[in-house]
Amino acid sequence: MPATEPILESKNVTIRFGGLTAVSNFDLTVNPRELVGLIGPNGAGKTTIFNMLTGVYKPTEGDIRVGAVSTRDFKPYQITALGLARTFQNIRLFKELTVLENVKAGGHIHYKYSGTSAVLHTNRFHTAEEQAEEDALRLLDLFDLRSRAQYTARNLPYGDQRRLEIARALAARPRLLLLDEPAAGLNTGETAALMTKIREIRDRFGVAILLIEHNMELVMGICERIIVLNYGKTIAQGTPDQIQTNPVVVEAYLGEPVEAAQL
Amino acid sequence: MEDFLQNLLNGIAAGSIYALIALGYTMVYGVLKLINFAHGDIFMIGSFVGFYAGRYMARHATGEAASLGSAALVLLLAMLVCGIVGYLNERIAYRPLRNAPRIASLITAIGVSFLLEYGGQMVFGPDPKFFPTLVEKKIIHLGTITTTNYQFIVLAVAIVFMGLLQYIIYGTKFGRALRAVSFNFETASLMGIPTDRIISMTFVLGSMLAAVAGILYGLSYPKIDPLMGIMPGLKAFVAAVLGGIGNVPGAVVGGLLIGIIESFVGGSQFSSYRDGIAFVILIVILLFRPSGLFGRYEPEKV
Amino acid sequence: MMPRAWWLRDLVYLVIFVAILIGATYLIAYSETYFPAMRYYHRILVMMGINITLAVSLNIINGHAGQFSLGHAGFMAVGAYFAAFLTLYYFGPYVDRLGEGSGQQWLLQNVLLFIAVILGGIVAAIAGYVVGLPSLRLRGDYLAIVTLGFGEIIRVIILNIDKIGAARGLSGIPPWSNFFWVFFFAGLTILISIRLVNSSVGRAFLAIREDEIAAEAMGVDTTKYKVKAFIIGSCLAGVAGGLFAHFSPAYLNPTMFTFIRSFEVVAMVVLGGLGSITGSILAAIILTFLPEALRGVKDFMPGGRDPRMVIYSLMLIILMLTRPQGLFGRRELWDVLSRRKDTIPKEPRDAGDATDKLDRDAGPPVT
Repeated sequence: MPATEPILESKNVTIRFGGLTAVSNFDLTVNPRELVGLIGPNGAGKTTIFNMLTGVYKPTEGDIRVGAVSTRDFKPYQITALGLARTFQNIRLFKELTVLENVKAGGHIHYKYSGTSAVLHTNRFHTAEEQAEEDALRLLDLFDLRSRAQYTARNLPYGDQRRLEIARALAARPRLLLLDEPAAGLNTGETAALMTKIREIRDRFGVAILLIEHNMELVMGICERIIVLNYGKTIAQGTPDQIQTNPVVVEAYLGEPVEAAQL
Repeated sequence: MEDFLQNLLNGIAAGSIYALIALGYTMVYGVLKLINFAHGDIFMIGSFVGFYAGRYMARHATGEAASLGSAALVLLLAMLVCGIVGYLNERIAYRPLRNAPRIASLITAIGVSFLLEYGGQMVFGPDPKFFPTLVEKKIIHLGTITTTNYQFIVLAVAIVFMGLLQYIIYGTKFGRALRAVSFNFETASLMGIPTDRIISMTFVLGSMLAAVAGILYGLSYPKIDPLMGIMPGLKAFVAAVLGGIGNVPGAVVGGLLIGIIESFVGGSQFSSYRDGIAFVILIVILLFRPSGLFGRYEPEKV
Repeated sequence: MMPRAWWLRDLVYLVIFVAILIGATYLIAYSETYFPAMRYYHRILVMMGINITLAVSLNIINGHAGQFSLGHAGFMAVGAYFAAFLTLYYFGPYVDRLGEGSGQQWLLQNVLLFIAVILGGIVAAIAGYVVGLPSLRLRGDYLAIVTLGFGEIIRVIILNIDKIGAARGLSGIPPWSNFFWVFFFAGLTILISIRLVNSSVGRAFLAIREDEIAAEAMGVDTTKYKVKAFIIGSCLAGVAGGLFAHFSPAYLNPTMFTFIRSFEVVAMVVLGGLGSITGSILAAIILTFLPEALRGVKDFMPGGRDPRMVIYSLMLIILMLTRPQGLFGRRELWDVLSRRKDTIPKEPRDAGDATDKLDRDAGPPVT
């Protein structure tokens, strides 16, 4: 078996907004094919961590490595090229584009060619576009969206929009997929289907997944490892079983006396 | 040194006119996030109302006291007319588009601007007109620099109206509502603030200030024509951005700065670049401090 | 995969297109000798072609990439003045040395016009790069006003260069431009625009327009593509300018390139529907033709006052009030004709959309 190098490593990552420390000393290692959950009460800094990992925010301190590359001075698009793709908590589809175009745009880095090729319709253009179409349709099949390929994304029902966003992120062929509350707004049935789908994605694409979620059923059901965040600090880490029985976590969520929270 | 003082004085006089126009831009942008391109043309209408009213008064009134009184009357009339035009402008052209894409409002604003300009050419005729002497001009020598009583009148009137606006915004219930709407439109309407009425009032107020600027402009540079509003309008917008758009004192400072800088460039060897300097300032400001001198700039949240 | 001769079909189309244009050009020239009134329609047609080029190129920047630019007249001016400068001082005298009316002269003047127009486009593209680069930090209204400012600065600079006429204007430019060249480049512009928008480059433009942050997250180098859009758009505007400069009366004046000209082009793009190529074309045709069609109204007005622009602006306002999305919205002519409308899925739209605006966990932005 080849030595598995971690896909993502963050060390001592801290970010301050003015006087407010939103995240402090956040350490995280994600290995290939791992399913990791990031949970915590509202305002704990989960999305801020996503924003730092994907380069939207620059950490005040600490280092983030994707593969072996430090991404400190990387822009979001460069980090995507290293193999990170994400979805957004408040869905950010390309609303006026069709479902198919959304997924093709998601694979941007793999179908690039020059404007000249595009205008002259060179072989390079045809090859890339055929590939884009094929890949996109396959992803739409996976998410049962093929029949809606020509719909404008804005007009999709909410659940479909959530799934389309995942499909779009997968089109970038990431090694690590970041899902920001994928089950938010979904009903029980949809959530159950999503759980199966997330596992399927991992198995099929061999991608590691880091997800933020408030739905404990989903998190406990599919994550192999869970990190609990409160006030920007990691307060617990472990398997779902360990987390569920961890008194510190319970207190963070239920607001019990604070003494024990001082770690 | 004399040159310096002379330029400064001219700049302040021109700048206070820019400032009055800029106030209208900044208030409207504050509440609607719309660049009201027609604002410069409302300024033009103010000037023309002054022109016709002033000519009429000159024929029917004589004497020193009458002249001052009629000047005030002309000013009030121009404010009234511009207030109405501003109100109609918002009511007819902008309100129906409040929920449409921003760009549609922007195009409509441009359309209204064209309408006022070319409508002005139709009604007033395209040729320049000479603004009547509302108040007798007196040359004043201050040491080595030369000035006129006009520059002081401009300054005084501008200060009075800016003070008045300051009072309205910070001292009245309407002003509080205006600030609330400009802070957060939706929340303000949920709090029971009649946003539509506030927006109408904002247009009326801004247009009245533009009317004042139009009269003062006519007084200082007595050649007026239907396209005269374009450049001062744009520069006043630059002034508003320079001060931080949506920020009332910022518009005043921005207007004065633009006036002074233009005056200095106009007095230098680069005088032929005078019309471009405002835009150079604009670009430099937006690149290095997009919030302007006093404003806040909010990048998008993720 | 089978290698294809990708250029073959395009070449055939090109030949057909050029043949039609040559035919039309000769037809117009021929009818002009019999009906002098054709001269007038010739000019309107050429202005249409130039406006189509301008509108379609601006649509790349405004409609596709979503970068609201109000400086298009500035780029047009750069192309116009640079091309005119070349032909007036360098190419023209050279052509004049050849025999009047000789085939050699005819050929050379067309080749040189082509070169001058292309070079004008390139210089305009450089101007577009210079404008595009610093403007990238700005969005929406701010960008609009900065591009407007750049356009005005370009004009003020031209006003200060004596060699190209300054405020007097530049006259004596060789009138080499004609129907053929104007529509050749209009066709080229349309082709570039259509093919770009249906490519990975175009998808990147559209993604930026739709959601810059999401586009960046999908690996789109937003800076690069925004600059690309500016470069392509301004290059084509410069080409339009070069053609305009060489069409008789072949006279340029800085007052032709004020921001009012930019507004006119923006009005075309928005009227057609932001992002719709065919919409831009149709709007360019309508808005070029409208003032001409309204010429007759003038005769009914006392004192010879011209109400055309008033009607023009009224129509613009009314159109915006009744159809703020433009004639075609974001769709193309063929979508409109085939009535391709989105069928809204049967399931009721989930109330979950209400979370769209909530941003609970994002934290304050970093500046």
